[in-house]
Amino acid sequence: MRITLNGEAREVTEGQSVAALLADLGIQAERVAVELNLKIVDRRTFTGTSLRDGDRVEVIGFIGGGRSDDDER
Amino acid sequence: MSDDRLTIAGIDFRSRLWVGTGKYKDFIETQKAIEASGADVVTVAVRRVNITDRKSENLLDYISPKTYKILPNTAGCYTVEDALRYARLARAAGISDMVKLEVIGDEKTLFPDTAGLIEAAKILVKEGFIVFPYTNDDPIVAKRLVDIGCQVVMPLAAPIGSGLGIRNPYNLKILMEAVNVPVIVDAGVGTASDAALAMEYGADAVLMNTAIAGAKEPILMAEAMKYAVWAGRMAYKAGRIPRKLYATASSPIEGML
Repeated sequence: MRITLNGEAREVTEGQSVAALLADLGIQAERVAVELNLKIVDRRTFTGTSLRDGDRVEVIGFIGGGRSDDDER
Repeated sequence: MSDDRLTIAGIDFRSRLWVGTGKYKDFIETQKAIEASGADVVTVAVRRVNITDRKSENLLDYISPKTYKILPNTAGCYTVEDALRYARLARAAGISDMVKLEVIGDEKTLFPDTAGLIEAAKILVKEGFIVFPYTNDDPIVAKRLVDIGCQVVMPLAAPIGSGLGIRNPYNLKILMEAVNVPVIVDAGVGTASDAALAMEYGADAVLMNTAIAGAKEPILMAEAMKYAVWAGRMAYKAGRIPRKLYATASSPIEGML
């Protein structure tokens, strides 16, 4: 099935959990926040939350930044 | 001065110089500059994680949340909705309840949209966030922010990244008198004397990024800023002499030939 991950289309296995997706991406779960269809996923439920076809997933973390001018817009 | 701590919302801060983590050459330079600055608070931005490069390094490998207080910001947010979304995501990442709230009003000046700021701050305070609002040097807005539950205000000295220094010292002084919470001068500092001046005026701390990261020698400038903030703070506590138009002799007349 196909999801949109951080704005890009991605094929994932049917019913894959958020935790499994992060593991696939090589991302340490404790350092990120995950938004699923504009709703924040409680990190305690990463394992129990299954993805569905068409889901929009955002994986968010912290980067260097101090001020709005650091933004690469 | 060692017991001269800054406390906000029950959290003790060791340093009165707070720094951003943007614009550095690499993570090593970021780490060294922050060490040299003596800051115990660093601001970070909230962005999409790099999912294409599995080997991409993480800022937090260099700036450990165990050593530093991480203050996520909502930089780049131009609407209340966006600022709320970024703040909530930052908290969901599980590092802290603190958020440096920026609702930017204009791309050219990056001045805050203070109406949007107050609206967003109100909601986030209700949700239990410790809100650090980036605001204008407007005493009335600062009072409104305190009224709705902000335990600190962060007025700008000059436009972000401009390095113009304190453009309106009188407004800043009035603002500091107008509120009974710590005031952190945020944005616009260009060099060490600007930071010292902000502290001499009575600011509780100074937050900067570009002045250090954009200097020719960021690590040296970070150290300069550390001493400037110390010197300014000590001078403020010591109390400066009044300005007078004419000379007052320091040496006694008595005993002269």
